[in-house]
Amino acid sequence: MKIGIPIETALNQLKQTNLGVISAACQDGANELYALLFAGSVENHQEILQSYGINKIVTISVAGADVHRSPELKTRAIIGAMNALKIDALLGISSTDGRDLLARIAAQLDAPLALDCVGVDFTDRTVIKSQFSGKILAKLKLWGTPFICGLRPNVIPPKMFPVIAENIPYHIALEDTRRLEVRSINKTAADEIDLTEAEIIISAGRPIGAAENFKLLKDCAKELGAAVGASRAAVDSGFAPHSMQVGQTGKTVSPKLYIACGISGSIQHFAGMKGSKVIVAVNTDSDAPIFNKCDFGLRGDLFEVVPALTAALKKQRLSENNP
Amino acid sequence: MQIYVCVKQVPDTAASITLLGPRIYDDTVKFVMNPFDEFAVEQAIQVKAQTGKGEVVIVTVGRESAESMVRTALAMGADRGILVIADIRQIDSITTGRALHQAIARDGSPDLIFTGKQSVDSEGMQIPYRLAAAFNMPIVNEVVRFLLKNETVTVEREIGSGIREAIDLTLPCVIGATKGLNEPRYTRLPEIMKARTKELKKIDINELKLAPAAGKLELLELFPEAERGQAVMLQGSVQEMTRQLIDLLKNNEQIL
Repeated sequence: MKIGIPIETALNQLKQTNLGVISAACQDGANELYALLFAGSVENHQEILQSYGINKIVTISVAGADVHRSPELKTRAIIGAMNALKIDALLGISSTDGRDLLARIAAQLDAPLALDCVGVDFTDRTVIKSQFSGKILAKLKLWGTPFICGLRPNVIPPKMFPVIAENIPYHIALEDTRRLEVRSINKTAADEIDLTEAEIIISAGRPIGAAENFKLLKDCAKELGAAVGASRAAVDSGFAPHSMQVGQTGKTVSPKLYIACGISGSIQHFAGMKGSKVIVAVNTDSDAPIFNKCDFGLRGDLFEVVPALTAALKKQRLSENNP
Repeated sequence: MQIYVCVKQVPDTAASITLLGPRIYDDTVKFVMNPFDEFAVEQAIQVKAQTGKGEVVIVTVGRESAESMVRTALAMGADRGILVIADIRQIDSITTGRALHQAIARDGSPDLIFTGKQSVDSEGMQIPYRLAAAFNMPIVNEVVRFLLKNETVTVEREIGSGIREAIDLTLPCVIGATKGLNEPRYTRLPEIMKARTKELKKIDINELKLAPAAGKLELLELFPEAERGQAVMLQGSVQEMTRQLIDLLKNNEQIL
């Protein structure tokens, strides 16, 4: 099967989360993998792409329009490449940008689409995906060609599969109707890690008490290389913006480590974070429901535990740097 | 301004989902309007108030019992409703998108279509896109700010890490709403009473004579995600517990 993989970048760097997607599509060389990327965005990554099993690196260049100004233009360019190369399936990252792009392509092609998948099998065209915001998993079969899937970040570990990749330039001319235009991107918070793609998350519930107290978590997150999240209760109390909310009406996350501080563990919160590999809970209440559904529990006040954790991590980092 | 709002009836977010068979869940739980759709309804009502003319039409594909949810939207201030009756277990996102498109196209000419960013049950995340493609309109999803000025809409969406993107698009268009866009209003008894008499058209999905799709999504099986058990509770002082935790995460879990 010919599988196209739209490659995601951040600040012209290849996102690490692409590699798990490539491994999920590779199936030990059973499929022919086409990396789809835009000229000027992420070139010179042949070595890493082919070491994970990419057979063709398709560099798309567009004449007549600036694809970065509109996701509609990007969609049309990728559809052009899919048609020209006779791609059977598309597998991307179910990130904020990835979901938007994949859904646009599926809608334009009238193709079946499954987003936020935690598993994918191209042999029988099935996926495992979250439903009821993670309370249930569903196995779905996608009928029709092409079909399109988005994989939840970090769910498939990258696995090396070295091949030699061929470079394919693809040129397309597009007319920009300018009915949709990205005007500006406010990057004030650009140093933060995206929750949906973070490998480690530390989050707090209502006991955090005030917006400024999130500094405690941010300090700890800096030592951990983590993103900072919040429960719905903390968001609804005005202590954190909605962009930080983890849960059924917030973000679904899938980190390797999730540290929940002062979060009792409502069904809605679990729905958003139960896909985490390891869950650690910090709570003063030893009867908190979260302790029945996590890996490690620390009974204690987050205002004591989090700074202690930060200090211990910092001490360890310093001793590693100066042995 | 002719505004359509596509909504879906879903299990309450507090409901546990119990499986009764390989493809069936216990649907005797409480059903409500999809939480993200509430922001869509509220925004539509605000736009109508801003422009001072036109109407807000609620459209849904669902079971007969979804009428109560449409009435809730009518109580919030929408003018009338369309309920496409279908066996929701038998249809996928492609068919739902087609049914919504047909129901709207037969009813009138939309200037704006609002939806929620996704449903919290099937989590398809594609209805706003499929509607936009069917109507050949531009679409922006996960919108947290909406501003209408003449024929131009300016929206903002969050693209992760708290970064916001501002996008201009032309009418007619499709907007997928998410939390943060507005505060959906509470309905009061007089409005609930008034909503009972507002027009609600019911259409059987077969009446729409939808063209068959080339592809589809078939549900093979539902299963619960593996639950974790009781946590290993760390013991000792705060310092001792954090040291143990770091040791476990580093040596046993190989995360740090």
